[in-house]
Amino acid sequence: MIFDYETLRLIWWLFLGVLLIGFAIMGGFDLGVAMLLPFLGKNDSERRVIINSIRATWEGNHVWFVTAGGALFAAWPPAYAVAFSGFYFALLLTLFALFLRPIGFDYRSKLPSQRWRSNWDNALFVGGFVPALIFGVAFGNLLVGVPFHFDNDMRIFYEGSFWGLLNPFALLAGLVSLSMLLMHGAVYLQVKTDDVIYQRCKTIVPIFAGITLLAFGLAGIWVANLNGYHISSVIQPNAASNPLLKQVTQAPGLWLDNYQQRPLLWLIPGLAFIAGIVTSVLSKNDRPGLAFISSSLMLSSIILTAGCAMFPFLIPSSSALSSSLTVWDASASHKTLSIIFWVTVIFLPLIIIYTSWVFRVLRGKITVAHIKANDHTAY
Amino acid sequence: MISESVVELSRWQFAATSLYHFLFVPVTLGLTFLLAIMESTYVMTGKEIYKDMTQFWGKLFGINFALGVTTGLTMEFEFGMNWSYFSQYVGDVFGAPLAIEGLMAFFLESTFVGLFFFGWDKLSRGQHLAVTWLVALGSNLSALWILVANGWMQNPVGAEFNPETMRMEITSFAQLLFNPAAQVKFVHTVAAGYATASAFVLGISAYYILKGRDTAFARRSYTIAAGFGLAATLSVIVLGDESGYTDGEVQKAKLAAIEAEWHTEPAPASFTVIGLPDQDKMETRYAVQIPWVLGLIGTRSADTPITGLVDILEKNRGRVRNGMKAYALLQILRTGGMDATTLAEFNRYKQDLGYGLLLKRYTETVLDATDEQIELAAKYSLPRVVPLFWTFRVMVLCGFIMLGVFFYAFIASSVRKCRQALLLRLSVAIMPLPWIACETGWFVAEFGRQPWTIAEILPTFLSASSLTELDMYLSLAGYIGLYTLFLVIELFLMLKFIKLGPSSLHKGRYHFEIAEGVAP
Ligand code: HDD
Ligand code: HEM
Ligand code: HEM
Repeated sequence: MIFDYETLRLIWWLFLGVLLIGFAIMGGFDLGVAMLLPFLGKNDSERRVIINSIRATWEGNHVWFVTAGGALFAAWPPAYAVAFSGFYFALLLTLFALFLRPIGFDYRSKLPSQRWRSNWDNALFVGGFVPALIFGVAFGNLLVGVPFHFDNDMRIFYEGSFWGLLNPFALLAGLVSLSMLLMHGAVYLQVKTDDVIYQRCKTIVPIFAGITLLAFGLAGIWVANLNGYHISSVIQPNAASNPLLKQVTQAPGLWLDNYQQRPLLWLIPGLAFIAGIVTSVLSKNDRPGLAFISSSLMLSSIILTAGCAMFPFLIPSSSALSSSLTVWDASASHKTLSIIFWVTVIFLPLIIIYTSWVFRVLRGKITVAHIKANDHTAY
Repeated sequence: MISESVVELSRWQFAATSLYHFLFVPVTLGLTFLLAIMESTYVMTGKEIYKDMTQFWGKLFGINFALGVTTGLTMEFEFGMNWSYFSQYVGDVFGAPLAIEGLMAFFLESTFVGLFFFGWDKLSRGQHLAVTWLVALGSNLSALWILVANGWMQNPVGAEFNPETMRMEITSFAQLLFNPAAQVKFVHTVAAGYATASAFVLGISAYYILKGRDTAFARRSYTIAAGFGLAATLSVIVLGDESGYTDGEVQKAKLAAIEAEWHTEPAPASFTVIGLPDQDKMETRYAVQIPWVLGLIGTRSADTPITGLVDILEKNRGRVRNGMKAYALLQILRTGGMDATTLAEFNRYKQDLGYGLLLKRYTETVLDATDEQIELAAKYSLPRVVPLFWTFRVMVLCGFIMLGVFFYAFIASSVRKCRQALLLRLSVAIMPLPWIACETGWFVAEFGRQPWTIAEILPTFLSASSLTELDMYLSLAGYIGLYTLFLVIELFLMLKFIKLGPSSLHKGRYHFEIAEGVAP
């Protein structure tokens, strides 16, 4: 073990961020594309172009999400346990919506019937919309605080309800994630398509970029007045993970504490705004490849902005402050963190390399002519 | 107190969703390999028909794979959603293989599966073949890691309880990985997958030959499936799970329950082929026994006895009492700080802490348990014999029937006589058997571990989340509704493409295209 416990906990906070951002960038455009499907595709061929733009890669992209879940389980077991059992119905809905994707993509074009196909198109829309919304709402609720506590045996009790998740701030966060993924999906479609679909995307990219920035800015102002959390007892970053031993205070504006202490952090939300504008400009000027990089940057900075506000909190408890889960007391053991650290260090670069190779092999635009020529093999 | 009905419903939900997931998993495990074999033959011989075979069976694989992914997602979520105390209590150990599975296996399998379907004209032959092999490798690696996790639940080695964090923590990753329970499970399960996919290809090919359609195509598929299936079924049977039973007490109890072995017999024990086990009286009526056989297959030796359930029960009474002591000391540690003498005392008893937790079913505080409650807990620690006894025999019976048919098919196809109607009908008829064997196999493995989720460490009834009955009914209804719908759609598409056969590739050289002159 070359790293001490404190460093590994920090690294794993970052790795979790990397996996979430990886999912937002890679899985995000798939969700966006699925949401846009019924609106940008006016007839069957156009819809098939849209679906085939992600046909061979969405599966791998979706694994970013699966792996983020697995890594949360391994590196932050109490956080996995609290989040998944607490947000029970929200996750159930997400899961049911995600179900529709693998089968939607694979089964849709297997039969010629128009009714069959349009039903799957709607299913794919749901499979994009619900998760995109709920991920944002869940993030929003982390900032608001989650009503749960542990008893002395570390059994988890959740006191909120499903409807409690739908508070105004969380819904605003949901809007941020919806519109940013719609923008991201449209930018990706610009990369992969031509002609009418390309033109339609070009119109909507700046609209969704604008909505995202507006909602994001509004959420930023709101956060200044929202109850934030702060560890008030002495932090022991190398101690065993027992969340019950600390004291936590709660007060409006505390989420901006980190930003006040390290003003350089303001660059991150700043970057989100710049990248949003740059994305729109590049998209308008027919530079979809660069626009995609820029919109990925925007997504990353939005997620990092929220992460940096909350640090070191993972899941603050609004009903029993000291049950809150933080980077210093909700991690796996030193040994486990170190094992999965090495696995990640070896495999994450490999994944990035072979994923890039696959995207390179599959580069090029999907056109209506291509679909017509490959009627029986394309989705 | 946790509601018994929430626990029951969570168990039903887990059983339903995991057994459903495992309808698709074995086909993926085996078919990816068969595809890789067919495509290798194509690359080596250059014969187009092998490419067609890869693509056609690949189509069926795709239909199956979609539901494998769909239902796997449920499994990944379900630990946190329905088993949150489990996740908190063992996540430090159990989570690691799951995370590694994602990084090492799912990414590999899922990134390349797209290229498998859509990379035919973008890759050279060699490159495409490599992609297919990588998909097969990925799916088999995923089985390895999930079975390391599952094997640890059966035989929890390489980990220790930490009173400060109130959970199990890894002490040796090597022990976790080389856990004998996990190793034998991996071999048995993966081979079961190969056998399942072989039976699938064998049965469908037999159907085409019987119909006299696309016989050149079908005969080649049949031959490959017969060879691969024979090897797989032999491995499933020969490399059974026996050596995994040598370690933990729970595994021993499971083995005894499967065999309705109430009393320890002098080695080597006899094998009860059939009989009527009675849990209350702890005896088996009308038993038909073959001397020696159980001892030989159960322990691979002629002089190691198999422990009977009556003896295990006696031992467990003592362990429940020790568990009470461990739990009492744990309370002192948790409230009064980690004082060294208490800790040393706790460490003496902590391997029995799980047995103490069993008492939570009868008394919340554990410490005030009466003799009667201790007796109940000890009884509760034994698996239920009757269901295990019968399901195990169903699996074994399926295995031997499959072995017979694969053997016949292999001989017949190596002497090019696979047109015999009887053999072909048999090949179609045994198609459901591997699925029945897989499902009963998981039942034996998981139900035989009860009442524990983590053998001797964490009882099932404590593992559940603090949800309400309503939560559980709603989610269970959702799963059942959606899963039923998906299964109907999947079977519909599967049957449609099976009926179409290789004509669905639109290559212009198969049955419906030639017969009718037009593409359907
Ligand atoms: C022995 C094999 C085996 C077993 C016991 C399980 N699985 Fe599975 N799983 C596979 C073998 C597999 C596979 C063969 O790799 C699948 C099936 C079809 C597929 O697409 O991959 C898969 C898919 C799959 C996926 C989707 C992966 C993707 O998106 O590509 C997830 C998240 C899981 N599984 C998770 C689980 C969990 C949490 C299990 C424990 C309860 C589980 N599986 C049992
Ligand atoms: C004929 C001889 C067979 C024997 C002696 C045998 C033995 C066993 C045993 C003892 C278990 C329980 C493992 C545990 O306690 O954890 C098991 C599980 C299982 N069996 Fe079999 N089996 C046979 C055939 C088959 C066949 C033919 C299949 C499928 C094609 C199959 C599929 C499974 C599966 C999927 C499991 C659950 C996973 C596992 O625990 O390995 N088995 N088998
Ligand atoms: C690798 C992962 C696992 C696989 C493949 C698996 C598979 C299965 C199967 C096939 C069953 C059905 C047998 C039955 O009905 O009794 C089952 C049941 C069950 N499993 Fe597992 N399981 C896994 C892990 C887990 C985990 C992590 C938990 C709990 C936290 C768990 C808890 C249960 C419970 C409670 C039942 C119901 C048992 C019963 O009602 O008798 N399993 N599992």
